[in-house]
Amino acid sequence: MILKIIFYIFATLAVGSAMMVVTARNPVRSVLSLVLTFFSMAGIWMLMSAEFLSLILLLVYVGAVMTLFLFVVMMLNVDTVGKREGFTRYLPFSILVIVVLLGLMIVAFGSKFMSLPMPASPEADYSNISQLGAVLYTQYAYPFEIAGVLLLAAIVAAISLSHRAPRKRKVQSVSEQLSVRREDRVRLVKMSISTPLEKKNDLS
Amino acid sequence: MISLNELLILAAILFGLGVAGIIINRKNIIILLMSLELLLLAVNTNFIAFSYFLKNEIGQIFVFFVLTVAAAEAAIGLAIMMVMYRRQGSIEIEKLDTLKG
Repeated sequence: MILKIIFYIFATLAVGSAMMVVTARNPVRSVLSLVLTFFSMAGIWMLMSAEFLSLILLLVYVGAVMTLFLFVVMMLNVDTVGKREGFTRYLPFSILVIVVLLGLMIVAFGSKFMSLPMPASPEADYSNISQLGAVLYTQYAYPFEIAGVLLLAAIVAAISLSHRAPRKRKVQSVSEQLSVRREDRVRLVKMSISTPLEKKNDLS
Repeated sequence: MISLNELLILAAILFGLGVAGIIINRKNIIILLMSLELLLLAVNTNFIAFSYFLKNEIGQIFVFFVLTVAAAEAAIGLAIMMVMYRRQGSIEIEKLDTLKG
């Protein structure tokens, strides 16, 4: 019973903040409500004994990805006034989409899975992380490596996209150094030898 | 006792809100990316619910990979958005018509 109460608290929090994400006028506010959605869904994942993924959701998503979003939102100068254009025009259509999806879900899962019993709570020495690791590093080791390579590719892509060439930094340009010619650097000045002496004479 | 039905309906509501966010927002591309995150969250919740009720850890492994791909997608999407903002001075979706597609 207490599980159900906790579940409903988290579920209402998640749905309400997800609604805020979609409808908020200010992008910063919608990022923060997405953080709240992730928090409450992490609580629900924790109820379903997926402790590792729940903590990963908190650490990686709330800690890293949403912070990145927040940085970008605050860095860009997004106007909040013109954002709402077409909001009321598309609102009925989007409500229709929600209703159709929800109705489809309720019809599809109406009674078949209702009878599925809730699993008994695991033994005291059960560890979700060791269970996941035992599968991940044996059976799924190859996809795991591919995921690592994918993250590396994402790092390279993100940096090469957003990196700007240095402007005011004192860096060495090798091609410019190699292509220099004698005429660019050396200037020959013709001077007669007697000039300094004559000046000295004038002064005295 | 939580039933699988309630979890699936919660995930369906979140998915619907994500789709609605994509439909509603014709201006701001950041909200679009966040709606995508909402969709992925709903799908992951489905995976975890089935993994819990069918007592099978493979679903959680899959969620792990989905989270990896989603993080990569968010990073690259935000980088592309930064480049776009630098070139055009705005991130409005309606101005993305350079390719004339």
